Amino acid sequence: MKAKQKLMGLNGNESSAYATKQVDPDVVAAYPITPQTIIVERYSEYVADGLVNSEFVAVESEHSALSACVGASATGARAYTATAANGLALMWEILYIASGLRLPIVMAVANRALSGPINIHNDHSDSMGARDSGWIQIYCENSQEVYDASVEAWRIAEHLDIQLPVMVCFDGFTISHTMENVYTLPDDIVKTFVGKRVFMKTEGHHGETEFRLDPACPLTIGPLDLQDYYFEHKVQQSEAMTDALKAITEVDKEFEEITGRKLEYMYPYMMEDAEVSVIGLGSAMGTVREVVDDLRAEGIKVGMVKMRLFRPFPVEALIKAIGKVPVLGVMEKAVSFGAPGGPLYEEIRTAFYDTEKKPLIADYIHGLGGRDTSPEMIRSIFKSLLKVKEKGEVDKQVNFVGVRE
Amino acid sequence: MSEITFKEMAKKPDLLVGGARLCAGCDETIMVRLVLKATRGPTILTNATGCLEVATTIFPYSAWDLPWIHSAFENTAATASGIEAAIKAMHKKKDGPLAKYPQIDVVAFAGDGGTYDIGFQALSGAIERGHDFTYVLLDNEAYMNTGIQRSGGTPFTAATTTSPAGHVVPGKLETKKPIDDIIIAHGIPYVAMLNSAWPLDVMKKARKAFAVVGPTFLHGLVPCARGWRYPPEKTIEISRLATQTCVFPLYECRQEKGRAIYELSTPSLSIAKRPETKKPVEAYLEPQGRFRHLFRPNKREDLIKEIQESIDLRWQILCEKAGV
Repeated sequence: MKAKQKLMGLNGNESSAYATKQVDPDVVAAYPITPQTIIVERYSEYVADGLVNSEFVAVESEHSALSACVGASATGARAYTATAANGLALMWEILYIASGLRLPIVMAVANRALSGPINIHNDHSDSMGARDSGWIQIYCENSQEVYDASVEAWRIAEHLDIQLPVMVCFDGFTISHTMENVYTLPDDIVKTFVGKRVFMKTEGHHGETEFRLDPACPLTIGPLDLQDYYFEHKVQQSEAMTDALKAITEVDKEFEEITGRKLEYMYPYMMEDAEVSVIGLGSAMGTVREVVDDLRAEGIKVGMVKMRLFRPFPVEALIKAIGKVPVLGVMEKAVSFGAPGGPLYEEIRTAFYDTEKKPLIADYIHGLGGRDTSPEMIRSIFKSLLKVKEKGEVDKQVNFVGVRE
Repeated sequence: MSEITFKEMAKKPDLLVGGARLCAGCDETIMVRLVLKATRGPTILTNATGCLEVATTIFPYSAWDLPWIHSAFENTAATASGIEAAIKAMHKKKDGPLAKYPQIDVVAFAGDGGTYDIGFQALSGAIERGHDFTYVLLDNEAYMNTGIQRSGGTPFTAATTTSPAGHVVPGKLETKKPIDDIIIAHGIPYVAMLNSAWPLDVMKKARKAFAVVGPTFLHGLVPCARGWRYPPEKTIEISRLATQTCVFPLYECRQEKGRAIYELSTPSLSIAKRPETKKPVEAYLEPQGRFRHLFRPNKREDLIKEIQESIDLRWQILCEKAGV
């Protein structure tokens, strides 16, 4: 049943903090870093005002933030953290440990360009670099999506077919600091929706038990795992990621029932008869939608697809969303130095490799270090794609948009 | 909870069970068993990367009959922080899988590399935040798990594979980081030195540490036959000499009204009372291969003297702090 929702003015950081307050996880361990700081500030206020029962651990580094979450989550507690850029980089080692130990931690990432040189503004170099760390990654376009993902993330992470950590990614400043109208659920509905944490069963020292640290049924978590079993454990982890594609849809459906908001992996827009289209992640997609409307008004048949889920990579949903559109431009805010293209471009091309009719695909890397992606730049991307259409081939695979020659 | 006795110890099964793959003569095994004899009830352990971790948990085997987690090398204290915070939250909420236990002790084990060096920041942070846990430093004075490389805990002149004694350089040129002073400077409620040559003393201190609310730090000196280069059956002998020579004096330090109160433990107190019983440092250095270059081919009287003087000074400072 759809719940009565309250409209609030929240920026992306506040959306994450507010949703997390409603979930009231046992442990919040975080270290301040621009542009995520509002999250730790709000959460500290919730603690100071007695609005949550969470233990807020004001750690001395991001490495310790995620390490504390690992310890907490392993006891069966819910653990949340938030970071950006260099903070995420400092967590790197523990990212793999959290996912490898199958701990359903939830982390907000206010996407920011990685140093060096140091830059505090948005791009996706931080979380894109972590794409192989075994975390589920959701990219949000606006504060509403941040709120929704921050509630949903717990159910996804803790789903018995998944049991993996989740990153809720949203663009630093553009989303993290921009106030928007956000529909929020009542506390009790959120509490009921997330429910109690569930655990997978495992073989313990004294028989079958839940996978968590408990003095009554001791387990050794994080043992030395060599040639004999490590490989099997990694395959299990890989299978969990694959299974997540189905499981996340289940959670999305349940979420739709209470919010009326249909969450998808891909949001195609004006794709039915589009001659060229772009695909991308995050806040820039809002601007792209405007440009699509403008170009359509001018009689140019363009379309777009916004991706919400990047890990696991929704291949089927991607192919379906692109449909018969013959030319596809990938817009992304990350470089993979020395690679054939940016990470999103590479994965999208791989996804189409085995399809009979594949679109012509070109990569448009934009907005690095927070450079504004203006409607004009997006128009230039569409213009470039129309040329590709006309010519029937891609001249330049990787293009940097809005950059000095 | 009352003070631990040999009788209680004898009755309690080992929580680090036999069959682990640590080397013969490894003092870590002895020390950890003694510390775990002193547990008060439900306990959760966390362990840094190191000999103890790799040798006790080769999947699918485990030597731990307690809930145990290893995450990484440098984050043991942070992991313990998270465990402790989770227990606290569950108690506050009266909900969650650990809420049913009225009290759970959180114990972290780490080596000298994981404490003096790579894990130092996480440890300092966890102590500053005041988490209720016991950190046990198992100090074998080098990175033994990776093959005897020098750490901040390696003493002056000790030869390791990254501070070898060569024709020019006589082992490690730097002195051992005063980790206990640094930890005590945090205003931590309880710090104690452990030597497994005095097993009851180890257990009593561990029991005290568990009972204290807030962070506690136990520093165990754990001789390593491989790294210190002595026959494995000599472990306890070497350990005992460390205290008898005042290289590793045994004491406790607690806080009272913002002051650090030092108290020498019996083996060291008796030396303080009868200084003539204090053994020369040579007695400790000579049986160890890592100090061989101080004795052969030529005896380095100069370096031995320097070591003796520095030990004498530190011992004197400690006695002054302890008021003896």
